Amino acid sequence: MAVVTSSPPAPTKRLLESESAGRRARNRLATVLMAACLLIAMLPLIWILWTVVSRGAGLLGDSTWWTNSQRGITSRRVGGGAYHAIVGTLVMALMTAVISVPIAIGTAIYLVEYGRGRFAKLVTFMVDVLTGIPSIVAALFIYALWVTAFGFQRVSFAVSLALVLLMVPVVVRSTEEMLRLVPRDLREASYALGVPRWKTIVKVVLPTAFSGIVTGIMLGLARVMGETAPLLILGPYTSSINLNPFDGNMAALPTFINQDRNNQALDPAFDRVWAAALTLILIVMVLSVLGRLLSRFGTVKK
Amino acid sequence: MTTAATSSPPSPAATPSLISGRGTGRSGDRIFSVLTRGSGALVVVLVVLTGAFLLWKSVPSLLDDDVNFITSRVWQPAANPPAFGIAALLYTTVLSSVLALLMAVPVSVGVALFLTQCAPRRLATPLGYLVDLLAAVPSIIYGLWGAFVLGPVIAGTDSGPRRAIEDALGWIPLFSSTSVARGNVFLASVVLAIMILPIVTAISREVFLQVPRANIEAALALGATRWETIRVSVLPFGKPGVITASMLGLGRALGETIAVTIILSQPSSLEDFNFSVFYGGETFASKIANNASEFSTPQKTGAYIAAGLVLFVVTFLVNALARVFISRRGDV
Amino acid sequence: MAKRIDVSGLDAFYGHFKAVEDVSLTVEPRSVTAFIGPSGCGKSTLLRTFNRMHEVIPGARVSGKVMLDDENLYDDGVDPVAVRRTVGMVFQRPNPFPTMSIYDNVAAGLRLNGVKNKKVLDEVVERSLKRANLWGEVHDRLGKPGSSLSGGQQQRLCIARAVAVEPQVLLMDEPCSALDPISTLAIEDLIQDLKDRYTIIIVTHNMQQAARVSDRTAFFTIAGAGKPGRLVEIGDTAEMFSRPAEKATEDYITGRFG
Repeated sequence: MAVVTSSPPAPTKRLLESESAGRRARNRLATVLMAACLLIAMLPLIWILWTVVSRGAGLLGDSTWWTNSQRGITSRRVGGGAYHAIVGTLVMALMTAVISVPIAIGTAIYLVEYGRGRFAKLVTFMVDVLTGIPSIVAALFIYALWVTAFGFQRVSFAVSLALVLLMVPVVVRSTEEMLRLVPRDLREASYALGVPRWKTIVKVVLPTAFSGIVTGIMLGLARVMGETAPLLILGPYTSSINLNPFDGNMAALPTFINQDRNNQALDPAFDRVWAAALTLILIVMVLSVLGRLLSRFGTVKK
Repeated sequence: MTTAATSSPPSPAATPSLISGRGTGRSGDRIFSVLTRGSGALVVVLVVLTGAFLLWKSVPSLLDDDVNFITSRVWQPAANPPAFGIAALLYTTVLSSVLALLMAVPVSVGVALFLTQCAPRRLATPLGYLVDLLAAVPSIIYGLWGAFVLGPVIAGTDSGPRRAIEDALGWIPLFSSTSVARGNVFLASVVLAIMILPIVTAISREVFLQVPRANIEAALALGATRWETIRVSVLPFGKPGVITASMLGLGRALGETIAVTIILSQPSSLEDFNFSVFYGGETFASKIANNASEFSTPQKTGAYIAAGLVLFVVTFLVNALARVFISRRGDV
Repeated sequence: MAKRIDVSGLDAFYGHFKAVEDVSLTVEPRSVTAFIGPSGCGKSTLLRTFNRMHEVIPGARVSGKVMLDDENLYDDGVDPVAVRRTVGMVFQRPNPFPTMSIYDNVAAGLRLNGVKNKKVLDEVVERSLKRANLWGEVHDRLGKPGSSLSGGQQQRLCIARAVAVEPQVLLMDEPCSALDPISTLAIEDLIQDLKDRYTIIIVTHNMQQAARVSDRTAFFTIAGAGKPGRLVEIGDTAEMFSRPAEKATEDYITGRFG
């Protein structure tokens, strides 16, 4: 009958005996290894969060942390707060958003609603390139443009310009995804009513995709708020409060952290470093989580 | 059929051409179309300008450069004549990024496989989100944690892991022992690996989820175990995607600035060079960052802009290659 | 060698939804049994309980007994993986492994079992391809990718792959529905050859195919939308098609419904 070969399953083998112990063992080993990888990935996250919280939480309970700047406080003195840095971070983020969001949404609309042919391919390729640009390169470009070419001073507005380069691609891609999720039928229903294309996009498509777009914006903001390189190049630190984006230095949380990072031996200063780090992480995480929650409860789901 | 019945006269004629995508002649449509096209064009212009400006502002310094830009390790841009070369920067940048990649990719693939093939659906999403959260941590905090918390544990002169590697592999110049207390490339690579983990994992997960059910069932029906099914159906299908993910991760590692700046200890003079991973150094990004205070006047910045240009070109190429790879393979 | 299947009181669920209710039937060794019935009556679901593929879908489960000779497939301690090596399956759409060559596709099951000897593999690959009536067409290009074949050839490749591991039973889930008429006939001829060695169960929505190919036929139906499928009648094919016992069967066969 059948040619009996070396080890294909023998016809009379009982099912209960199952396959070779070796295969079973390898399967189990593989599963264990894969789970271990997950644990390896989780470990740094937990460790970092724990570190920042345990070292930085102390100062955050103090109300002066949230209301005062570092004006007059030296590295050896305890006291002062992070108000100047928090406000600076928020101001720069707002400026960045105001500039980058219209550009990004416009580009996304172009790619989804109009884009055919080579120009669209070029645009989408360039968005990809922007996604990969290191923050320091973006900062150098703005430096070369703003300072070297135009001769302006290094101000926080320039920082925002660099951050725009970093935020645009994030918002473009997420907006694109959301726009593509809006069903074709919806657009066609609008056209069939005689609504012109641009109005359809503005009044039908965008509102439907709105929460997803907002998510993308928040995630983009979370990313740029944590960027340090543009601040190093274009936005020197100051210990006082300054809300003018075109004049003088403006503080931000990353530069606040960076300011004293070499002063490990000086407790007052170093405590502030960790506290500022915790503040930054809190803001970034809150934005990220809010953004994701919004996308889960929004109109158009992934 | 319904032509004249509507209340707004121009629409019936306009409707077919709206759907076909050609301009209707309506001013609103035309303006809008110009605006959106303009946004796209602006994006293109920005990228081109970036390259162009970097090139323009670095050329004078490059021309003045007294030594070979690519092969020299000297860095004296303020000297007269200026002399600066990126060889050391290239070495440290590539070494740290490649090591980070080697450490991150296997773990990422393991996580992605676990989440897509082993974990129950309800758990997979929140767990995946937790891994994504690694990407939300700002790089400066990675730098702080890496330098002050992780460093003493794995990379200090008498910490376990470093000692173990030095003892076992110290005869290879790459792993030879040095006196650098903590700010070494090894530590930077580990932190970079953690930073690129979320990107590589996210893309790998997406790819593994796209394996056609038919191929998985074919393996299962032959009596394959889960691991065997992964080997036979999931991994071969996902290989191009994982490669793409790795290249994007590599691009990220190459350009990382502040974390590396905080972690790596700068050698006292760049003449003092050592191949070992337990030595300090500077990457393109950290070199620029370390000297950012000098940027108050444009004169001294040419060399750094040149370094930035190299970084731009390298990350551009890596990312472009990754995208070409994606589109070549397409959706299988 | 080929085994007999005895099903008693089988229910199949997707979560809370009962897709198949209280099926009891017997399939004789070395015969071809066809499962026919209107779409949605659970014939494919039932088929997939015979090689424990049904439970691969999250939330799916089975209650009841499926006996392969004297062993219950659903006993505690029985490993589904082992079941699947004894009960092979051919799917509706041909699904050769796209990254593997023709040779590697056929050998895949063997290699998974640890067979490494090249001579043995060569022998089994040739034998399986011959049994699938594909050897003549591909023997000179075994290294070419499996996906380079036509639809009908791919399906025969999948059959070769399934028989290479010497299963006792071969389950075929509408194997010809994605193929052209010529390939369909080729596979129907193949089934006649295969039944000398294997117990075959074929799900088909094509009654004429059932009549051509099977020794026994089982007719399933559902009472209404959302209700579970059940077995109406099972018997010799010739009898079923000329003198069915149940009216429902007769209605279906004569095209009055379904």
